[in-house]
Amino acid sequence: MVVDVMQATIPAMTTALLTEDIAQRVLQAALDRGGEWAEIFCEDRSSIGSSLDDQRVESLTTGRDRGAGIRVVVGDTVGFAHTADLTEASLLDAVAAAASVAAGRTSAGPMGALKVGPKRAPLAAVLPETIAKDDKVALLFAADDAARALGGEIAQVQVGYADSRRRIVVANSDGLFEEDDQVRVRFMVMCTALGDTGLQTGYQVLARTQGFETFDEAAIRVMAEKAGRQAITKLSARPAPSGELPIVLAGGSGGILFHEACGHGLEADHIVKDASVYAHRVGQQVASKGVTLVDDATMDGEWGTARIDDEGHAAVPNTLIEDGVLTDYMWDFLRARHTGRPTSTNGRRQSYQHLPMVRMTNTYLLGGPDDADDIVASTPHGIYVRQLGGGQVDTATGDFVFGTSEAYLIENGEITAPLRDANLIGNGPEILSRIDAVASDFSMTVGTCGKDGQQVPVGCGQPTMRVTSCTVGGTA
Amino acid sequence: MTMELSDLAASILERSGSGEHLEVYVARGRDAEVRVYEGAVESLTAATSAGVGIRVLTESPDGMREGFAWAGSLDAGVITDTLAAARDNARFATPDPHVALATPDGVAVADVVTYDPSISSVSTEEKIAFVTELERLVRQHPKVKGISSSDYSDGEVEMALASTNGIAVSSRRSVASAAVDVIAEDGDEIQTGYSYTAGRSFAQLELEATAADAVRRAVSLLGATKPTSRHCTVVLDPRVVAQLLSIVAAALSGEAVVKGRSFFAGRIGEMVAAPGFTLVDDPTNPLAYGAARVDGEGLACRRNELIVNGQLQRFYYDTVAARRAGTSSTGSALRGGFAGTPGPGCRALALQPGTMSKDEILSAVGDGIYVQAISGVHSGVSPVSGDFSVGAEGFLISDGALGAPIREATIASTLQKMLADVVAVGRDVEWLPGSAAGQSVAIANMSLSGV
Repeated sequence: MVVDVMQATIPAMTTALLTEDIAQRVLQAALDRGGEWAEIFCEDRSSIGSSLDDQRVESLTTGRDRGAGIRVVVGDTVGFAHTADLTEASLLDAVAAAASVAAGRTSAGPMGALKVGPKRAPLAAVLPETIAKDDKVALLFAADDAARALGGEIAQVQVGYADSRRRIVVANSDGLFEEDDQVRVRFMVMCTALGDTGLQTGYQVLARTQGFETFDEAAIRVMAEKAGRQAITKLSARPAPSGELPIVLAGGSGGILFHEACGHGLEADHIVKDASVYAHRVGQQVASKGVTLVDDATMDGEWGTARIDDEGHAAVPNTLIEDGVLTDYMWDFLRARHTGRPTSTNGRRQSYQHLPMVRMTNTYLLGGPDDADDIVASTPHGIYVRQLGGGQVDTATGDFVFGTSEAYLIENGEITAPLRDANLIGNGPEILSRIDAVASDFSMTVGTCGKDGQQVPVGCGQPTMRVTSCTVGGTA
Repeated sequence: MTMELSDLAASILERSGSGEHLEVYVARGRDAEVRVYEGAVESLTAATSAGVGIRVLTESPDGMREGFAWAGSLDAGVITDTLAAARDNARFATPDPHVALATPDGVAVADVVTYDPSISSVSTEEKIAFVTELERLVRQHPKVKGISSSDYSDGEVEMALASTNGIAVSSRRSVASAAVDVIAEDGDEIQTGYSYTAGRSFAQLELEATAADAVRRAVSLLGATKPTSRHCTVVLDPRVVAQLLSIVAAALSGEAVVKGRSFFAGRIGEMVAAPGFTLVDDPTNPLAYGAARVDGEGLACRRNELIVNGQLQRFYYDTVAARRAGTSSTGSALRGGFAGTPGPGCRALALQPGTMSKDEILSAVGDGIYVQAISGVHSGVSPVSGDFSVGAEGFLISDGALGAPIREATIASTLQKMLADVVAVGRDVEWLPGSAAGQSVAIANMSLSGV
């Protein structure tokens, strides 16, 4: 048996993923095959994850994935191929596969010189790879301990730690050559409580686009206690009501409402296919006055933050809705280029094995004039949602759902009984026109957004706000 | 330098040290995707991938410690580094007497065919033609305004799994699928419908039926209104039932049970569902999309009867969950390719068919709603507590037949109550992509929320 050793070992994270010389030759090869435009996206991702369950660290996992995705464009058609081998020969093979869409065409001519962008060091005070695995594992035990200390109702605790470092280089036939080095850390706690009414769960997550400085034991303990209390509180929760009610969304995770109610519908891929309720509506009032929605990848350390998007363009903030008026959609480079406008830098992809798509980054509603406590106090009867669990939308109809993971009844202007989890359902444009109060408080939350099978990290933000009427999917 | 994956796995095993148990999972595959829009190719993807996942279990006085590492490459140097990383990672796990690799248990491997060699000879032109025709067919309907997507994808993957406990298996799988997302319009109103077709080969894909189903799902919802909130009987579409079975199965996981995260814990032998409810996971059924010869730890897949005539019969296990619960694996380990570690999961869930057709069920129900699609399953259903609340669209059932369309509604209950409230299971079994078959099912006493 002969084993060909292609590489002595996995290259260290510091070696170049793609040199300018190779990029130039590979891109030129794509043009020579008839491509009108071509791109190389190289990625090297290393990750570590550890989970504690049932009071044991079950496993520590490390992963390493590196490779390149090649796009070759002819007219409206994109050819795509990817390879896990970053040698020039393998990149040229991928070009040949991706350029099948250009079969029979003549060379597009010589491309210009690459304009090499700045080096971008990771935005992490403490690189997670410099922290001993022991110290990461210790955080898991701290969270377990803090949650279990709440009392005997806590029947089970699951804790997860993960960090990743993702180096990317993007080069295209317009001469773009940009790189980034992205560090992310994530910590989650799920508690299960057992009582006379059965089992309930509480969940908290802390995730940042920065380094290990995110974590200290005190913060981890607070987070674990929060998850534990949430589960214990829900043991005495009553079924959520059924039917249309006013809802007050607490600052933070209510941002998921905007992510679903309009965020996805403002992604240009849905717009250009006329598959969004927000198509042809720029300049129109699409939400209540006072609603200003922004998507901004440049926020410091947020979960959807990056300095360049996955098509190599330096991230810029974008105002989508201003005082209720739709101002713009979100664009990736290719769709923007086709339309003859600049990209809004929303081209993102899960990995080198995926085509970029229009995706949100950190999407948030700006604060308004109202006071959070007053909003609750002026609601005679309704639901107060402290935390949402996720959502889903049909962009063409605008119908969307979002689920509560911590909610309470509002009776006579006061937050009262805890409620069991339920989904709420609404229609995007209708719900946006029913926002009658926006507070000045503000906070962000983190999520994983799935679209066409690709998962990317996103941030959602929102101050406390009220929707005058929304259908609550409970049983009471 | 293409070598047999099983030889590669065996060669890595030779490097195990003393006091160390090794499990190697190697895989490689190929994928293709074609997306079409307005009769033109939007994107064409061709890709290959390969990778390795290695579990190292090291012995200690208090039990085994497990470490895992993976890499998206089969290069020799990468494999060496991955093994070293897995070894190092094992130092940080808590020793656990229940942690072990699977041991061959003598159960014979069923002869299920999961690979059709014709998958590799489908030309790009045939794929483009198929999905272009799918779009053309749906656009023929006068109420169809457009599509969001029309996609074809296929792929083949082979894997080999070997361990120092004597496991040495390999398998191969092919899949082909196509899907279309239709937008129907009537005046200012928009409705959408999605349908798909899937099989082990290109030849198994159904063009006309898929186009017609997607169009029907969109067009029939035109004119939908928000229903009045009330309690009623709900008849679920086979696709919705398949989703529901997967959630119920999550609560039947032996791991969830032994860790106190399932409402089924401690209820073996009890009636947990209506008497007509029999739920089986049988990956040896060749009709099942998830059919498989071996599980994610290399044990033979087998038929597991989970709930029989409403009585909770058993939970399903992988090796570690089984040892923790004091029982043996049911051959139910699943893993998400080379980058995942095994955990218990179902592959081929199905309800024992009842006697009624869908129309007979509607007729027997008389008054209620028919739910064609649900949304928000990940945000509104908990297999831990059993709380169930999802978005729903479909039709009113009046006088025993489908009536006016409805949208922007939710249906809610608890999984415990829903299982007990099953009043009819259809005979219309439909094997669907994913881990479950669907058929029409009627559930009484659900809360419908609308206006």
